[in-house]
Amino acid sequence: MANDGPTPLERFINGILPENPVYRQLLGMCPTLAVTGNMKAAMTMSAAVAFVMICANLITSLIRDLLKPHLRILIFTLTIATFVTIADRVLAAYVYQMSKELGPYVPLIIVNCIIICRCEVCASKQRPVTALADAVGQSLGFALALASIATIREVLGAGTWFGLPILAEGWWPAWGIMVLPPGAFITLGALLGVANWLGTLRGGKAAAAAN
Amino acid sequence: MKDSYIGQAWLVLSLSLVFGGLLAGVQAALGPKIEENKRNETYDQIPDLVTLRKSEAGAEWAPAADGKIVSKVFDAAGDHVGWVIEVPDDGKIAYKVFDAGGDHVGWVIKGAGSGFADRIELLIGLTADAERILGMYVLDQKETPALGDGISEPDFQGRFRDKTTSARLEVVRTVTDASPGNNIQAVTGATVSSESVCKIVNKAVDEFKPWLDDYAAAQAEPADQTDPEED
Repeated sequence: MANDGPTPLERFINGILPENPVYRQLLGMCPTLAVTGNMKAAMTMSAAVAFVMICANLITSLIRDLLKPHLRILIFTLTIATFVTIADRVLAAYVYQMSKELGPYVPLIIVNCIIICRCEVCASKQRPVTALADAVGQSLGFALALASIATIREVLGAGTWFGLPILAEGWWPAWGIMVLPPGAFITLGALLGVANWLGTLRGGKAAAAAN
Repeated sequence: MKDSYIGQAWLVLSLSLVFGGLLAGVQAALGPKIEENKRNETYDQIPDLVTLRKSEAGAEWAPAADGKIVSKVFDAAGDHVGWVIEVPDDGKIAYKVFDAGGDHVGWVIKGAGSGFADRIELLIGLTADAERILGMYVLDQKETPALGDGISEPDFQGRFRDKTTSARLEVVRTVTDASPGNNIQAVTGATVSSESVCKIVNKAVDEFKPWLDDYAAAQAEPADQTDPEED
């Protein structure tokens, strides 16, 4: 089993860019669209997802030999739901206003496909070290994707970044639409296009190098 | 054994027990802190709900030294603008609000019930005689994002101001000048959430009014103690 599948380092690196959950796998679209209106919300969401993903991957990997094929999804969901509830309570206790702003999107992490996908693809088949590296890599990839979208939306939509004024009021007419739902779709679409274009360029170069 | 239900499900069952215990522990550890956060939010909203002062960011509430039931309220400038006394009401709490001069300006009560998605918790500000609504604030809700969560918008909450409590609140699509009455205009696309809020307000007021009558009657009797709120 030890030699099966990618190594921890490969898992870690893959999660960040080559298999980025948002730009490559197109998973986790709900939080990607919903909580990227500003950086604070996006980073809180990323941290919550990272916590849940790391815990769920570790537990799943530890019990991987006990899983019954037809009950595995149930166990993944049970594990994920537990840690999501913990994350939700911790946010409500220590960052109450942010927890209110994120509202239903914290409980909705339970149905975030990225996490169940990592349990299925990696943690239920590989050792805890690999599962941990995988979860950290994927979490970083998710955080990076959310940060890229939230940066564009917050700077263009409100002229601020993490609440700090970036574009001076007066000469920048804040594009209100960017912090509203349409802004999320426009930004995600544009960034996905760029990501695909870069991917094609690199693919072309690699093909040229191979020839 | 292998094919029995237990043989199949023992892992699910034991994980459920472990996780259940874990969640109970987390709730026991963090529950009081979350309640305190909610309580602070309640106290932040009370002055606006009874129009004690206009909204000022950064208002501070300082509980009195002698305990939990009397709180003093300050505005952003540090001026003392009023008092709040928590009066136990059948396991709930009614907040009796006074201005800085000690005049009773109104009540703030809590209401809760099911919404479209999950439980909704409200604060309702009433006049001293509970005949008129002074304000409404959504303390907790998990309604559909971008539709039902419009009930948290100041615009919708403001529609409750100055409604009478002697008639029931009704949800309508549009309030016309001809029939302003006791109608609350619904949040667009969220009739169920809007109706839930009205239902909760109606119910909370219905329960509060008889209690207030008893309370007022008790107050009217010759007081044999200096702090009637303690009875």
